[in-house]
Amino acid sequence: MTSITLGHYLSLGAILFTMSIIGIFMNRKNLIVLLMAIELMLLAVNLNFVAFSHYLGDMAGQVFVFFILTVAAAESAIGLAILVLVFRNRLAINVSDLDTLKG
Amino acid sequence: MSELSLNSLLAVPLAPLVGSIAAGLFGKTIGRRGAHLLTILGVLISFIISAMTLKAVAVDGASFNGTVYEWMTLGTLKMEVGFLVDGLTAMMMCVVTFVSLMVHIYTIGYMEEDDGYQRFFSYISLFTFSMLMLVMSNNLLQLFFGWEAVGLVSYLLIGFWYKKPTAIFANMKAFLVNRVGDFGFILGIGLLLAYTGTLNYTELFAKGSELSLLTLPKTDWALITVICVCLFIGAMGKSAQFPLHVWLPDSMEGPTPISALIHAATMVTAGIFMVSRMSPLFELSDAALNFIVIIGSITALFMGFLGIIQNDIKRVVAYSTLSQLGYMTVALGVSAYSVGMFHVMTHAFFKALLFLGAGSVIIGMHHDQDIRNMGGLWKRMPITWITFLLANLALIGTPFFSGYFSKDSIIMAVEASNLPAAGFAEFAVLAGVFVTAFYSFRVYFLVFHGKENFHHKPFPGEHDHHDDDHGHGHAHEPHESPWVVTAPLVLLAIPSVVIGFLTVGPLLFGGFLKSAIFVDAAKHPAMAELASHFHGATAMALHGFQAAPFWLALAGVITAYVFYMVAPQIPATLAKVLRPLIVIGENKYYLDWFNEKVLAAGARLLGRIFWKVGDVAIIDGLIVNGSAKVVGLIGSLTRLFQTGYLYHYALVMILGVLAFMTWFVFLQH
Repeated sequence: MTSITLGHYLSLGAILFTMSIIGIFMNRKNLIVLLMAIELMLLAVNLNFVAFSHYLGDMAGQVFVFFILTVAAAESAIGLAILVLVFRNRLAINVSDLDTLKG
Repeated sequence: MSELSLNSLLAVPLAPLVGSIAAGLFGKTIGRRGAHLLTILGVLISFIISAMTLKAVAVDGASFNGTVYEWMTLGTLKMEVGFLVDGLTAMMMCVVTFVSLMVHIYTIGYMEEDDGYQRFFSYISLFTFSMLMLVMSNNLLQLFFGWEAVGLVSYLLIGFWYKKPTAIFANMKAFLVNRVGDFGFILGIGLLLAYTGTLNYTELFAKGSELSLLTLPKTDWALITVICVCLFIGAMGKSAQFPLHVWLPDSMEGPTPISALIHAATMVTAGIFMVSRMSPLFELSDAALNFIVIIGSITALFMGFLGIIQNDIKRVVAYSTLSQLGYMTVALGVSAYSVGMFHVMTHAFFKALLFLGAGSVIIGMHHDQDIRNMGGLWKRMPITWITFLLANLALIGTPFFSGYFSKDSIIMAVEASNLPAAGFAEFAVLAGVFVTAFYSFRVYFLVFHGKENFHHKPFPGEHDHHDDDHGHGHAHEPHESPWVVTAPLVLLAIPSVVIGFLTVGPLLFGGFLKSAIFVDAAKHPAMAELASHFHGATAMALHGFQAAPFWLALAGVITAYVFYMVAPQIPATLAKVLRPLIVIGENKYYLDWFNEKVLAAGARLLGRIFWKVGDVAIIDGLIVNGSAKVVGLIGSLTRLFQTGYLYHYALVMILGVLAFMTWFVFLQH
C-alpha cells in the first residue's frame, strides 16, 4: 500500500488546472462554464498551496487558501451578477456572440 | 532761450485725437453737425497753439526738448514719448494744423451727402493727431509710431469708399508699397539702435562722429552710409520717390480733401521732414547724399512727364506732387535741408489749394474728373478759377509767388552743389521747370478756358458710380461751390502767394532752422554759397526775371497755351508721332506692370511654393497627416489581434505567463 505523496497532490492540481484551461479555450457556448473553469483553476492552485503547506509544515500556505477562497467567492458573485445583466441585455450567454471588444 | 509749456504742447496733438474719438465712436450720438463742429474745434485749438508756439520759437527763440512719458525701459534703452520743439517742428506743426483746418472746413461742403460723414471727420482728425506726433517727436520710436499711424490713416482714407474695387486695390497698394519703404526705415532705426543704444535724437547726433568711423560688419561699407540709405528708403516709401512712388497716383481714388491733406500737403512730406531732422547723420555720408540726389532727380523729371498725358484732373495734380517731392528730395541731397523744408511749406499751401480747387471743380462738374469734359469754367466758378490760377502760378515758380522762392532756391542750391550727382540733378530740375509749367497750364486752360465741353461730354468716363454722387436734380450745369468750399480756397491762396516772400530770409538764411538742421559747410558749401548771393527777397524775385527757370516756365505756359487754346491739332499730331513714348507714359514706365507681374506675381509664386510644398506637402502631408497615418497603419495591424473573444485574450494571457515562466525557470540562470 503506497502512501499518498506530495507528487500525487501536485499531479491532481496540474490535471485540474489543465482541465480548466482547456475548459476556457474549448468552451464556445456557455459563459457559466467559463466562470466554473476559472473557479476550478483557483481550486487547483489552492490544492497546491495546501499540499505544500502540509509538506513543509508551514501554515502560511493554508492562510493564503482562505484569502483566495474569499476572493474567489466575491469574484464569482460579481461574475454571476454581470452574467445576469449580460443575459438581460442580450438574451443570450453564448460566448461566441460576445465579441463587442473586436477592433 | 525760454522753455515752452509742456501742457500747451500736449494739447496740440491731443485736441484732434479727442475730436477724432468723439466723431468716430459717438458719431451716431453727436450727429453730423456735432461731428464736424467737434473735430474742427479740436484742430482749431491745435492750430492756435501751434501758431503761438511758432511765434514763441521764431520771436523769443523758445524751445522744448523733453520726455513726457516713459513707456518702458529695456536695460539701458528707454522707450519714451517726448517732444522736441524747435524751428523745424514749429513750422511743420503750423503747416499741418493750418492745412488740416482748411481741409476740415472744406470737407463740410465736399462730403455733404456722404453716408460716412462722421467717419471721414474722425479719420482726418486722427490723421492730424498722428502727423503731429510724428513731427513733434524727440525720438525715433515715436517718429516711427506717427509714421505708421499716418500710413494707416492714409490706407483707411484711400479706401474710404470701400465698396469701390479700384479704391480697395489702391489702398492695398499704398499700404504694401509703404511696407517696403518702412522695412528699410526700421532696418535703419535698428542699426542706429544697435550701434548707439539710444533712440533719442540729441543722444544719437552726439554719437554721429563715432558712427562715421565704423563699417558694417563683414563688409567694407561705411556704416553711416548704410544707415542713411536705409532711413532714406523709408522716406522714399512715404514721400513717394521713384521707384516706390507707384502708390501715390492711385491714392487719388480717395476723396479729394484727403488727397489735399495727406497725399499732397502733409503726410508725403514726412520723409522730407525725417531726412531734415536726421541731417546731422546724413551730412556724414556723401554716398547717401548722392543716392538721394539721383532718386530725387529721377522723380522730379520723369513723374512730371507723366503729368502731361493724364486726363484726370486729380491725377495731373498727383503727378505734379510727385515731381515737386522730387525737387524737395534733390534739395535734401545737396545738403540744402532748409530749402527742402521751405519747399515743403510753400508746396503744402499751394498744392493743398490746387487739390481743393480741383475738388471744387469736381463738385461743380458733378463728380466728373475728366478735364476733356470741362472748359470755360472761369465764368461759372470765379473763386475757384482765381485761386486755382494763383496756385498754378505759385507752382510753376512765378517770381514773387511763394513757389518761386523755394523752387528757385532748390535750383540754385543744386547749381552750387559739389556732389558728383548734381550735374544730372541740375538738368533734371531745370527741365522739370518747363514740364511743370506745361502740365499745370494744360490743366488750367483745359478746365477754365476754351470751349465748354460739359454739355455734351466728349469723353463719357467712369464717373457716376462714385458713392459720393450728388443728388442734385438740376442737370449738368457747373456752378460755384458753397462758401465752406470756397473759404478754404481763399484762405489757402493767401499764403500760397505771400508766404515765400515773407519767410525766405529768416527760414533759409536766418537762424530759424539753425538749431534743428546741421550742415557741414566745409564739405557741402551749397547753402553757404546761396547765402552769399542772397540780398533780400525782393532782389531775389527781381533777379528771377533774368534767370533760366523763369524763361523755361514761361516757355511751358506759352507752349500749353498754343497747344490747347490756339492750335489743338498740334498735340493731336504730336500724339500720333510720339505714339511709342505716350504708350510708355500711359503705362507709367511699366513700373506697375513690373510690380504686378514680376514682384507681386513672384511673391505670389513664392507663397504658392511655400504653401503647396512647405505647408501642404511637408508640414500637413508629411509631419501632421504622415504621423497620423503611420499610427493608423500600426493600429489597423494590431486591430487584427482584437477578436473580441474572451478566450483568445485568455489564451494570450496564459501563453504570456508560460513565456515568462519559461524565462524565469530556465533562462534566469
